[in-house]
Amino acid sequence: MSNRTAATHRPVRRLGFGQQLSRWDVKLSPYLYVSPFFVIFAVTGLFPLLYTAYVSVHEWSLIGGEGDFVGLENFAFTLTNPIFWTALRNTLSIFLLSTVPQLVLAITIAAVLDTNLRAKTFWRMGVLVPYVLTPVAVSLLFSFMYADKLGIVNNLLQAIGLPPVAWHSDAFASHIAIASMVNFRWTGYNALILLAAMQAVPRDYHEAAMIDGANAVRRFFSITIPSLRPTIIFVVITSTIGGLQIFDEPTLYDQYGRGGNDKQWLTITMLIQNTGWRENGNFGRAAAIAWLLFLLILLIGLINLAITRSISGSGVPRSRRTGKAVSR
Amino acid sequence: MKLSRRTTTAALAGSAAVALTLAGCAGGGAAPETSSPSDEPVTLTVATFNNFGYTDELLAQYTDEHPNVTIEHTIAATSNDARSNYFTKLGAGSGLADVEAVEIDWFAELMQYSDKLYDLTDPALADRWVAWKTAAATDADGRLVAYGTDIGPEGVCYRQDLFEAAGLPTDPDEVSALLTGSWDDYFAVGADYVAATGKAWFDSAAATYQGMVNQVEAAYEDPATGDVIATENPEVKEMYEAVLDASASQSAHLSQWGPDWAAGQADGSYATMLCPGWMLGVISGNAPDVTTWRVADAFPGGGGNWGGSYLTVPAQGAHLEEAKALAAWLTSPEVQLQAFLEAGTFPSQQALFSDDALLTATNPFFGDQEVGGIFANRADAVTVAPFKGPKYFPINDAMIQALGRVDIDKTDDAASSWDKFVADVNSLG
Repeated sequence: MSNRTAATHRPVRRLGFGQQLSRWDVKLSPYLYVSPFFVIFAVTGLFPLLYTAYVSVHEWSLIGGEGDFVGLENFAFTLTNPIFWTALRNTLSIFLLSTVPQLVLAITIAAVLDTNLRAKTFWRMGVLVPYVLTPVAVSLLFSFMYADKLGIVNNLLQAIGLPPVAWHSDAFASHIAIASMVNFRWTGYNALILLAAMQAVPRDYHEAAMIDGANAVRRFFSITIPSLRPTIIFVVITSTIGGLQIFDEPTLYDQYGRGGNDKQWLTITMLIQNTGWRENGNFGRAAAIAWLLFLLILLIGLINLAITRSISGSGVPRSRRTGKAVSR
Repeated sequence: MKLSRRTTTAALAGSAAVALTLAGCAGGGAAPETSSPSDEPVTLTVATFNNFGYTDELLAQYTDEHPNVTIEHTIAATSNDARSNYFTKLGAGSGLADVEAVEIDWFAELMQYSDKLYDLTDPALADRWVAWKTAAATDADGRLVAYGTDIGPEGVCYRQDLFEAAGLPTDPDEVSALLTGSWDDYFAVGADYVAATGKAWFDSAAATYQGMVNQVEAAYEDPATGDVIATENPEVKEMYEAVLDASASQSAHLSQWGPDWAAGQADGSYATMLCPGWMLGVISGNAPDVTTWRVADAFPGGGGNWGGSYLTVPAQGAHLEEAKALAAWLTSPEVQLQAFLEAGTFPSQQALFSDDALLTATNPFFGDQEVGGIFANRADAVTVAPFKGPKYFPINDAMIQALGRVDIDKTDDAASSWDKFVADVNSLG
């Protein structure tokens, strides 16, 4: 008894602090472990974001620095500036032309790579090669291929009897050309991510479906795609962010980097650069455009999330049912 | 602008010999001042664009004389790139090279911030450059903040074989006589050429307009008040309409500096183009196998100057005196003569205008014409030093795009493209 009391008393006092520590350890350390990311994010992400907001409500010149507080004047100017709306149109058009075909292609390539190929690693690494090339080099190559008179693309078109395309005059044609550069670079990368997710789909599902008489196409749409849902959401969100911030490819599409004579392929990020650095060094307006772009990305990101959820959401219960059928 | 590195072993060997002779003759008089720089080991960075003719061999001459100095030379592809880099880093307060090149089109814009540039005033160098070049680089406080490198007196480059096919004279002297006159005369000869061959007379409306606007005293801004007058100035509108009228039938509709434009110099897409001295290196780089390019000692509408550059020493640098000494050396007559022989950048140094080495300098690509003498004549013909204020560069950019919409893209007619130009200029605010 006395031993016990001593044992209980002493530890209570001594372990009191120790227990406290281990309680903190359990409760706090996880936050400490993840905190470096958030500290760095606060410095490199959150602070610039808020500072940009501060700049956007001021008159602010590239070299002269901070000027007067002007409220929402920079936003008003931007929203009434037709060039901003042209840039928005171009950005959305290039974004759609790159994201949608890219996702379809990436899923197809991933499905092909998921089959029983010889030299699997070779093919899998092969699709990643374009991603390793620097975007600047890719853009330069493509801009030579898309030269209006002597580019290889127009030469090929003419060789098969089609009229040449005005790659640098027609807005839509220029968007296709730029989207092709983006797709060239990112399709393989996304295919590999989707492939990894595909391989995580339990094979039982497929076997069961096969026994039920589902053919490969049916299995692909009813089992593979629904199981990829979280990965597709990830791929769509990242390519939304990347697509709306597209800069390298359109900038290097011609020799001037101004987005075309008629602003055919001027994107919002290029407009930010033109406003803040190239034309008149107006940081206030550039910051306002940057904030509008940020809001746009948030908005489209949310829309995408809703769409991807509803599309593949209807498939998920079906795959679960198949799963249950197997266990039964 | 595309880089063109001409491998002219002959010219280089010649230039080295010339430099030696010059150095021998000139004695100490023309040698740049190198008074206060220290002998501590320093690394100096030099940033230029296009092709200044500053080869590694040339820079090695300096490092041989100054063993404590290491030079790192970076080259931006275009003047536009160099400009945005310059202003970004000038605003940031760090990151610029010790010696930075500036093009005349955006030099006025930079002069607004002349207090951020190191004072390069040096009485010994006062008469080194042509007067207007020095005057433009002197700020309100009388500080000289930039040393002139080259100027861009313009001639007309043409293809002998294409002229022959059109029944036009081919000899440079005869062509010079043919092309001397007004812009209307130049377009009239072009109309004859187009009628005879059905091919294009010049490369693009925008490139031709560059030649015209550089003859106007104050095209875009009022020198007295600094107000933007680009959209109301009748001269600008007249040039715009004249060049687009001619372009409809005479232009090759190629975007200047683009891949098709460069290829056009090799495949004969156009018969003539306006040619500042530095353009010779561009042509010989783009069309190394063509033997029929020549320079006519003539320019429509009188003389014209396109481009030309300065070297500045940003005050944010760590080795200001050493950088000043290097800039002085790089812009010395001897070095600029070598640069001219290398890249065709016509010097702004007065002493060279009467120098036989310059006047008799030939260019093998242009049929061994004495291009030095031709461009010295062209420099003499320049009578107007156009006023280029802080907004000149962005306004001219908008104008080039306006011309491109009609001439190259054909997305607009002259009237609607002008309206967009007005909107662009107004949004510069």
